[in-house]
Amino acid sequence: MNSLTAALRFILLRREAGIAVMLVLFSLVVSAIEPRFLSLDTLRIVMLAVPLILIAGMGQMMVLLARHVDLSIGSILGFSAIVAGMAFRDLPEMPWWFGFFIATFVGAALGLVNGAVVTLFRLPSIIVTLGTLSLYRGVLFLISDARQVDPQYIPRPLIEMSQTSPIFGIPWIIFIALTIALISYVFLDHTRLGRQIYAIGSNPVAAPLRGISVVPVTLLVFTLSGALAGLAGVLYASRFGYVNPSITGVGFEFTVIAAVVVGGVSINGGVGTVLGTVLGVIFLGAVSVALPILGVSAFWRDAIYGAVIIIALLIDRSVRESGIRSATLEARA
Amino acid sequence: MPVSDTPVLSARGISKQFGGVEVLSDVDLDLSAGEIHALLGENGAGKSTFAKILSGVHRPTRGTLALNGNPVEVPNPIAAQNLGITLIHQEPISFPDMSVTENLVLGRHDGALLGRVPWAQMERNANELMDMLRVSIDVTKPMRGLSIADQQMVEIARALASDSRLIIMDEPTAPLTPKEVETLFSIARRLRDQGRTIIFISHRLEEVQALCDRATIFRDGHLVETANVADLSDEDIIRLMIGRPLKEMMHRSGAKIGDVALEVRELSLPGKFHDISFTVRHGEIVGLAGLVGAGRTDVARAVFGVAPAASGSIAVKGKTVEIADPSDAIELGLAFVPEDRAVAGIFGTLPVDQNITAAVPGKIAPHGFIRSAIERALAEKSVKDLRIRLAALRQPIGELSGGNQQKSILARWLHTDPDILILDEPTRGIDIGVKAEFYDMIGTLAANGRGVLLISSELPELLYLCDRILVMSEGELTADIAGDEATQESVMRAAVPTKGKHGTGGSPPEHNEVAL
Repeated sequence: MNSLTAALRFILLRREAGIAVMLVLFSLVVSAIEPRFLSLDTLRIVMLAVPLILIAGMGQMMVLLARHVDLSIGSILGFSAIVAGMAFRDLPEMPWWFGFFIATFVGAALGLVNGAVVTLFRLPSIIVTLGTLSLYRGVLFLISDARQVDPQYIPRPLIEMSQTSPIFGIPWIIFIALTIALISYVFLDHTRLGRQIYAIGSNPVAAPLRGISVVPVTLLVFTLSGALAGLAGVLYASRFGYVNPSITGVGFEFTVIAAVVVGGVSINGGVGTVLGTVLGVIFLGAVSVALPILGVSAFWRDAIYGAVIIIALLIDRSVRESGIRSATLEARA
Repeated sequence: MPVSDTPVLSARGISKQFGGVEVLSDVDLDLSAGEIHALLGENGAGKSTFAKILSGVHRPTRGTLALNGNPVEVPNPIAAQNLGITLIHQEPISFPDMSVTENLVLGRHDGALLGRVPWAQMERNANELMDMLRVSIDVTKPMRGLSIADQQMVEIARALASDSRLIIMDEPTAPLTPKEVETLFSIARRLRDQGRTIIFISHRLEEVQALCDRATIFRDGHLVETANVADLSDEDIIRLMIGRPLKEMMHRSGAKIGDVALEVRELSLPGKFHDISFTVRHGEIVGLAGLVGAGRTDVARAVFGVAPAASGSIAVKGKTVEIADPSDAIELGLAFVPEDRAVAGIFGTLPVDQNITAAVPGKIAPHGFIRSAIERALAEKSVKDLRIRLAALRQPIGELSGGNQQKSILARWLHTDPDILILDEPTRGIDIGVKAEFYDMIGTLAANGRGVLLISSELPELLYLCDRILVMSEGELTADIAGDEATQESVMRAAVPTKGKHGTGGSPPEHNEVAL
């Protein structure tokens, strides 16, 4: 009994507990209103809604862990998708899977630029990436001539990745996202480099005193964030079948940051887990799928996302504070 | 000559310049294995600079270091660590979100960057280190939840993990409770008995006497004396630190003691203090002594309305008053200089002049708009009167030394022209030289007819300054001693809790059980 309560307590004190509880409560409330919600089909729709957010969320999470933020990922996604799409259109003899490399590489390069400006000039990343959010979007209009890459140019096999499944009817694109999450987990939790990302965010002053090379690690997180946003860009083409310079990736950064923060990753760095982020992404996906089922207008979506972020921060804080309180009580006992 | 006579560390001609100013000149010092060596001196005397050179934070401008007779270079803290030299900061530099285990190993260069972290083995090692120190700290907990004392233990464990032979503790006891200090001392002694060398930097002479084998005293960047602690009296040390006897600096003109300025009757706040009654007269300096956690600050906060008492009454100049929040208190002519200036006192990024005038918006903005000429004039006057040392009035106050920050805060409250001043540990962490100036100022304030309530943990300070000394223990007033009758013994006897009394005091919980 005692070990059971101890185990329960351990689970409840984890930061992921809050979001998991929220997810369950939300599903129960929605399915009470509209029983259709609680079905495998809904789960499939939710899972299809989230891979892009999950992939970019892993990168964003690493940036936040290092006490930075990357606001430019929406434009990086659009940029990478356009470049890959133009390659599909203008170089028809190129093998279709080469688009993955192009998009990821372009994203990584743009992310590296973010990191370089932040570290070289010691500027706050929130302002730098706000700048490049606009800058990258502007340049992508120029290189694309503001022209959409139409569906007929997107390679068939790429589109099928969002539709066909290797197993259990789960599309490839979801496997890709889950694989990225798994790799991120191993990287962040079980490698020295991954722990250094936490250390930098937890105490940027102490990190160099302990021999951690802050600049390369910072460059790395921005580059990874860019690369993953780039990968999400080519998957955007797969999922939606076109790339449009003025639509693709617009507002994406907001959704991703919302999901990551809802998942318990601290804006102040050093705190957050892959599991939490995955739950946060699924929660946001569930919200976006539930709204049309409940007959709520799509116009409400952004407002609800915004409210969800604020609620998540409040819940997260109360979970953390009660955790600290009970830890202190334990220490006194 | 036997091998063991080779000093663990010998410094020869160590000098350091910052921007052309020599802050350390030709320091020669030998440290032996198995000694606890005190570094003493005022702030700016060079002791911290010397410690930072040993630990690789600074590089010397001239001079050489040798470890066990072999010349070494210490270019950075990591090199120091690899040489077996660890600096333990007063407020440990840690990674608050990460576990104790990780804090112990972070930055140690073993294994590839993408190599797997051996969590289980790391935790075992961490537990072994805690056992070695005989402290019970859960190594899986994040650092954030640990007390400062426990965080220091983790730092010491880290020094042991890299098998440091020289451990430098920079004012480690300042944030600790007396019980925690005892724990730290017993660990320091044990480390010494293992043959390690410990450098102990402190302002508290009684700690040096209690713990250290030898002491080295710095003044103005020079090493003035190295001697066995047993051969040095407190007076000797102070004379060496300031270059003249303390008595010369301490002179207080007698003030005329007038009517009752502040009267506190049966003030109680459950869990903090109980049934506190006392008076402070115009021209009188009343000391409030007691151990940390006895409830002294809580009483001061209650009087000033920060956290008002649950029952009891307060009278100012004979009239019973209601003080519900600090603005009421300010209105009534009270001023309160809080203990932790960094938290409760200064606006660190704002310039000195704005800090000094912060409590008198009505004076600097007579018609609702701040007149910078008035602001500057007021600040300039304070800087001159209180001898605040600064580069410019527009300098952010955070850049000033602790003593000058403290003077600025005092200046702020003096502008409100208070009748009653409550000072909470006004001289904590400031130089002896500046302390003397503070004593003068406090004496002058009383001589001008103000009532002063002085909370201090430094008995000599209270004994020297106060007309009366109140003593608190576990939330209760246990003594009210006239200044000329008070002795260290009589105050301490009243301050130390008698056995059989529990739960009334606000003393912090002990969560660092040590088996000795």
